[in-house]
Amino acid sequence: MFQKFIKLTTAFALSTGVAVPAYAELSGTLRITSDMSNPAPRAVMEKMASDFDAMHPNLNVELTVIDREGWKTQIRNSLSANAPDVVNWYAATRMKPYVDAGLFMDISDLWNEPEMAALASTKGAMTLDGKQWGVPYTYYQWGVYYRQDIFGKMGLSEPKNWSEELSNCQALLDAGVKCYSIGTKYLWTAGGWFDYINSRTNGYDFHIELATGQVAWTDERVRAAFANWRQLIDMGAFIDDHQTYSWQEALPFMIDGKAAAYLMGNFAVAPLRAGGLSDDQLDFYQFPVINPNVDYAEDAPTDTFHIASGAQNVEAAKAFLLYVTSPDVQTEINSGDALGQLPVNAKASVSDDKFIQQGFDMLSNNAGGGIMQFFDRDFPAEMASVGMEGLQEFMVFPDNLDDILERLEDARQRIYN
Amino acid sequence: MPSDATDTSKFNNWYRRNEIAITPWLFLIPAVLFFATYVIVPIGQSFWISFHMWDGLGEKTFVGMGNYERLLGLGDQKMDRKFETSFWNNIKWLVLYLLAIPLGLFIALFLNQTVAGIRLYKSLFFFPFVISQVVVGLVFSWFYLPNDGLFDVLMSWFGIDIRGGVLGNPKTATYGIIAAGLWPQTAYCMILYLTGLNSVDPEQVEAGRLDGAKGFRMLWYVILPQLRPATFIAFVVTIIGALRSFDFIAVMTNGGPFGSTRVLSFFMFEESLSEFGFRMGYGAAIAVVLFFIMLGFIAYFLYQMWHDEQESR
Amino acid sequence: MFPTPIQNRSRANQISYQALLPIALILWLLPLLAVMVFSIKPDGDFAKGNYWGLPSSFEFFNNYGRVFFASDMPQYLLNSLFITVPTVIGAVALSSMTGFALGVYKFRGNLLIFFMFIAGNFVPFQILMVPVRDLTVNLNLYDTKLGLILFHIAFQTGFCTLFMRNFIRALPYSLIEAARVEGVAEWKIFLYIVLPLMKPAIAALSVLIFTFIWNDYFWAIVLTQGPDTQPVTAGITAFNSQYRAAYHMMSAGSIVAAIPPVFMFFLMQKHFIAGLTLGAVK
Repeated sequence: MFQKFIKLTTAFALSTGVAVPAYAELSGTLRITSDMSNPAPRAVMEKMASDFDAMHPNLNVELTVIDREGWKTQIRNSLSANAPDVVNWYAATRMKPYVDAGLFMDISDLWNEPEMAALASTKGAMTLDGKQWGVPYTYYQWGVYYRQDIFGKMGLSEPKNWSEELSNCQALLDAGVKCYSIGTKYLWTAGGWFDYINSRTNGYDFHIELATGQVAWTDERVRAAFANWRQLIDMGAFIDDHQTYSWQEALPFMIDGKAAAYLMGNFAVAPLRAGGLSDDQLDFYQFPVINPNVDYAEDAPTDTFHIASGAQNVEAAKAFLLYVTSPDVQTEINSGDALGQLPVNAKASVSDDKFIQQGFDMLSNNAGGGIMQFFDRDFPAEMASVGMEGLQEFMVFPDNLDDILERLEDARQRIYN
Repeated sequence: MPSDATDTSKFNNWYRRNEIAITPWLFLIPAVLFFATYVIVPIGQSFWISFHMWDGLGEKTFVGMGNYERLLGLGDQKMDRKFETSFWNNIKWLVLYLLAIPLGLFIALFLNQTVAGIRLYKSLFFFPFVISQVVVGLVFSWFYLPNDGLFDVLMSWFGIDIRGGVLGNPKTATYGIIAAGLWPQTAYCMILYLTGLNSVDPEQVEAGRLDGAKGFRMLWYVILPQLRPATFIAFVVTIIGALRSFDFIAVMTNGGPFGSTRVLSFFMFEESLSEFGFRMGYGAAIAVVLFFIMLGFIAYFLYQMWHDEQESR
Repeated sequence: MFPTPIQNRSRANQISYQALLPIALILWLLPLLAVMVFSIKPDGDFAKGNYWGLPSSFEFFNNYGRVFFASDMPQYLLNSLFITVPTVIGAVALSSMTGFALGVYKFRGNLLIFFMFIAGNFVPFQILMVPVRDLTVNLNLYDTKLGLILFHIAFQTGFCTLFMRNFIRALPYSLIEAARVEGVAEWKIFLYIVLPLMKPAIAALSVLIFTFIWNDYFWAIVLTQGPDTQPVTAGITAFNSQYRAAYHMMSAGSIVAAIPPVFMFFLMQKHFIAGLTLGAVK
């Protein structure tokens, strides 16, 4: 009887989100479907699952790992029929289709837990309609990764503003080296460039207004951003035929020294190192200022965990989400040889890696304008898809700009009605 | 009990008398049910969905002809640009894919000799049809790689440089993919013609030779008429293959570059099931349009088959 | 015979023909040969840009070993097997019955049903995509092999019925009449008289359907996800690990994926060809 009372109290406590020690009685099965399919993240996920399982003797954790690209289309089926308890996804507008369809569980109550106060900076990215729909577990910076040795040989230094950027680029081109590698076959890399050009030209607020459909694509300010971008394109700053390369296929150009830099997320560091670049050759700088009147805004895409609204074991799911965001676990999973990215918990410690430290510094101290989630997460699905095609086309045929902007504007009027 | 016996024997008699009438239906029902559930009914359902807006997750919203207006440019809308590209690409596929038929005939004629080992050659020439279109697509995409692909290397010997490689250049990408598709399709037509050539009437050939017919004239006046059934089947499968070509586009270019290789079958998939595709109703409308295009050909084929049926009765 | 039998031509022509054959074959199979060469190259070759030269090291065991032991390929192959074989059995069984019904019996609606099967097989997949996916999800068969099997059986019944019905029509009707005169029940006629005569057609059809289903890609990605259920066509692209396009692995994987249908083809060539060409000859 007393046992039952304890169990009931614990269950009641868990379900109302009162802080309960991690060794509380969770039981049943916790089904997690994850998209962390690359080797290092996969090891991280598997360890988290098995550690959590070991912590709760009565709980059985079942983990399924789906290919990361495949998950982007399969998640909708997974959530609709026989949903698991916990799934991976992305933050911001990317959550919207599932929130609207009621497939993600509203976990605003979980965010009211005291432990979650340390994640306050990321709360906004997880909020739609005033409620929170998931928790982040990692995020990473974007910026320019460049060949320090090539710069050194040519006497160039990290550009702080646009004119330095252009003169650097001209110097590189004169020496027969392309300024930027990029692979736009799968389109989203062009989105990264647009995020930066637009937010550096017009500011974070304008960029988000564009993403939420409040500004026309044919607006003068949008044209101004494209005009800045065009300066680089006209100089020939980007590698040739990038529309035929995936971003991975474009890496060799930088590894071989045919291109000097790459605007990319921090996940590019691992393959660059694997391709043979040492930390003496590789360095990082924040995308330079274009318009001195706007503050720095940075792309820092956040990967997330969510609870399906059809979840069977909600208590265990919530406990798992708390576990993943706790400081120790955050430190561990984001460390250099694990995910190699930034923890979302302010109490966690940041790995000692050169790039992560620079990224952390940049995002904590130098991103006053705001944090963008990335083009294909801030813009709604159809707008992102049409937009990225237009961006890719602009990079190869910049003269088509008018046509492209008209098309995007048509799409905007239809999509955001 | 007498009445039971009469009842069962009545049934037996009834069954025996009507056996010949009933049996075909008994044999047909399982397959027809399967077919109706998975093919016939879904066609109707797609029509129904095409009149709605639906993200595949939540509720459907009825929009009448809204999807079609946007797709085809009815009313005051402009025709969807992607639809235009897809439609014209499909036309290119339909026309160019038919090259498989004369190519297949040519190879069949080339191989129609009885030398040692010819059977092995025939089997090996047929190879491309047996492997998956995914593999064929992958192989050709490596063949077309810019700068490194064998095709580019060969072209450079002739001094031709295709900007971006075949698959990266919007002007050439579709043709590159069609060429990849022609490879297995030609193999199929080749086999059809090889078999057809086997049953060509030798007496007619002899008679033709005696009359002095040779080479091309012999082919045109004596051989080809006898190959009509083979040509018909080749035509049917080639048309269907051309309109179905999804695998190649998905694997080789993903609809790019700049959407220039998009075809209706791929466009529909993109709109409904791809990463950013939450527009099931629109996708269904595209499928319906594709269906009507096919329907024209299907009607033609069925008419021909019915015609043949009547003749052989 | 047409063209002129090579034996009737000059010796020079004969020699040039014999010489031309292997050259033509190599040119024709060049893409395949390229894939085979790719599959024994090390990754380093591709990173350096050495695509078409000789492999710098012989990585046959390395690459194929990884395909078999360090990847999900064995699972994908098994999935393909578990999807293809039941489909073949189901489709052939059902279509034997429908072919029998449509080929032997005259009744109203015979031709109509027959044309329905044919037309249904010619429709573009895409018009079935969304409803079939929903049906499969509602039946709780999404991402199961059974879901894929059921669809394939249903769809292939169209083509198979065409095939079987034409074949049965060519059988001597007198056998059936004789059996009827002796009072044999219809279903016994099917089982004991017609079915044994259909063996060549069954063999041909089995090989064809095996190839079609094994090589299917579209329905694999619509109705299944993940290495537990996906067949090998979807698995090949999974080799594109997120950090590199692994050409050597994909080539090795592609070759492995292509082997079963090729094997079946060589084993049952006569049947295969008979199957494809039935109806091409009167």
